[in-house]
Amino acid sequence: MEAPLLHLALVGTPNSGKTSLFNALTGSRQKVANYPGVTVERKEGSFVTPLGRQVSVVDLPGTYSLRGRSPDEEITRDFVLGRAAGEAKPDLVLCVADSTNLRLTIRLLLELKNTGRPLMLVLNMFDIATRRGVTVDVAGLSEALGVPVVTSIAVRKGGTADLLRRTDEIAAQAPAPLAPNVWEPLTVAQLRATQREADRIITSTVSLPARPDSWTSRIDAVVLHPVAGIAILAAILFVMFQAVFAWAQPLMELLSSGFDGLGRLVHDLLPAGLLQSFLENGVISGVGSVVVFLPQIIIIFLFILLLEDFGYMARAAFMMDRIMGGAGLHGRAFIPLLSSFACAIPGIMSTRVIDNRRDRLTTILIAPLMTCSARIPVYTLIISAFIPDQQVWSLVNLRGLVMFGLYAAGITSALAVSFLIKFFMWRDYAPAPFMLELPDYKMPRVRSIAIGIYTRARMFLQRAGTTIFAMMVLIWFLASFPAAPAGAEGPAINYSLAAMIGKALEPILAPLGFNWQIAVALIPGMAAREVAVAALGTVYAIEGGKEAAEQIGQVLATKWSLATALSLLAWYIFAPQCASTLAVIRRETGSTGWMAITFAYMLALAYAASWATYTVAIAFGAG
Amino acid sequence: MTETNDARSQLPLGLARRGYSGVIHHLSPADAGSALSPSELESRLIELGFVEGARVEVLHEGIVGRDPIAVRVENVTIAVRRREAMAIIVA
Repeated sequence: MEAPLLHLALVGTPNSGKTSLFNALTGSRQKVANYPGVTVERKEGSFVTPLGRQVSVVDLPGTYSLRGRSPDEEITRDFVLGRAAGEAKPDLVLCVADSTNLRLTIRLLLELKNTGRPLMLVLNMFDIATRRGVTVDVAGLSEALGVPVVTSIAVRKGGTADLLRRTDEIAAQAPAPLAPNVWEPLTVAQLRATQREADRIITSTVSLPARPDSWTSRIDAVVLHPVAGIAILAAILFVMFQAVFAWAQPLMELLSSGFDGLGRLVHDLLPAGLLQSFLENGVISGVGSVVVFLPQIIIIFLFILLLEDFGYMARAAFMMDRIMGGAGLHGRAFIPLLSSFACAIPGIMSTRVIDNRRDRLTTILIAPLMTCSARIPVYTLIISAFIPDQQVWSLVNLRGLVMFGLYAAGITSALAVSFLIKFFMWRDYAPAPFMLELPDYKMPRVRSIAIGIYTRARMFLQRAGTTIFAMMVLIWFLASFPAAPAGAEGPAINYSLAAMIGKALEPILAPLGFNWQIAVALIPGMAAREVAVAALGTVYAIEGGKEAAEQIGQVLATKWSLATALSLLAWYIFAPQCASTLAVIRRETGSTGWMAITFAYMLALAYAASWATYTVAIAFGAG
Repeated sequence: MTETNDARSQLPLGLARRGYSGVIHHLSPADAGSALSPSELESRLIELGFVEGARVEVLHEGIVGRDPIAVRVENVTIAVRRREAMAIIVA
């Protein structure tokens, strides 16, 4: 008879190395979804033990206690207690500890014992602890706690062997009669007593080095220095954005010529007609022009994941707390806002680390102003077409500088909006406390970075393959039908549905310097910002033939004035051009009203900024 | 009164400067003026390891107004704003 599926749950404090253990156990066999009704990420994976037992493991959100102060922490509590809707009670709860830092985890474990679930303590990062001179009496600790204790080195091959072996042993045992669940929220006095008990157990079984990690102290002396620290933070952000531009270029050209080749192949193989036009102009050049931005998205996430794994993100939050506080933001908002540079959706979802509702709402409202990676295709296209590729002071690339300026404009306006929200809406309100652990620095691991990038790249490609593909087909349809009447003058697209919609919108957008082709591209751009590039490609490719699609930028440079290009850049800093972001805002705030407010204020800002840019540019003779 | 070596005067951690090290004497969450209720603030401080008898050292100060502070509590480093640190009375 096959052994039944074993359900494991990983519980631990933030920074306990829970996620690297999860990655080590499951590799790429991971499924990321949401818990029903809430937008807390549910990470489940599976593996097979050495004895061949199938195990499913859920990585629960990090928490310091079972009190459930935030939606994430409530999930962890309900899951462990078996109260979570539609979830199996875990057969075994793995309480994951950073071996160099046991105090807080042992207290959590003592609280977990009250739930009556079978428990095992995993002393993770045991190698680092040993190197720092931490010695743990594992048997003694196990006896004092009354639960099995194993050591693990999640980041090393074979480092989880002990854990796997013990899991097999526990699974093979006849299920012990479960202890009753006597957990209830701890009072302050009980919490204090539990921490004392944890400290007593640690004193008797663990010997700690007298000095903190010397590398962490040395790095922090520089990184948290009032002057050097800010300089380093600015330098990191600057390098990140230059890298997105410079490093990605060769790969993007490779992808781009690949899609061009594919397009030519289809062009040569198929007879001229509707099918050829659909595949070549609709599918290949449309989807290709979006997929081409994969290298840039990978680079952005590479930086974010590296900084997160290294331990720098918490330091950035520490430095930014008061500066952000001046704009009415919480220090913890820094990480969600930085994630919003990649995409506002994960950014908005990660605002759950902010437990005060008003702080969280402010962060959600301004997150879409952070320049997400979907804007990069639009920015890149316009900058390459209109900004000369030259060096400024023989140091900085002018195009990179403009890009930096666009990011800076997004950040500045986000801070300004946040300040206004605080001033007008929540004037009488004291900020929620900023309390954050600054973990010791750790060398980021290639494997966990790779898994992180892979997951995100897959999400992007899925979007390119579904939403964006569907939009491309729609655009191609709108741009191709109805066909031009026989003997008509001018390009066929001038007679299509797309032209009708674009021309209907043109009077509204004319003060911004937008022509009807731009108006056409903005409509599907609502599905995802980057679609606008592909849409422009399609609109101009169909109008000008295949040669145009190969050089969208060059075509734009001949069709648009500099003022129009700058105006469109300004539009894209602010415009609420992303239906999925709006959907996530509605879900996270639980209110259509907040979604409508976000949409309205961003649209108003976009219109105003574009109008101002266009007017000023015309005044300077850029028309 | 003058301070002697064996009986250091008590002070809220929120007033301590960089380099200060001492031991937590007690928590006094009602005096902190935090946005949190006293019992919630006390719970959170304990969950981050701020309990009586724990050794603390102020490692770093923020850039604006020397706020927040990074405090070594036993072997963990916690960033906390001075306002909340006022609840931690050290000696």
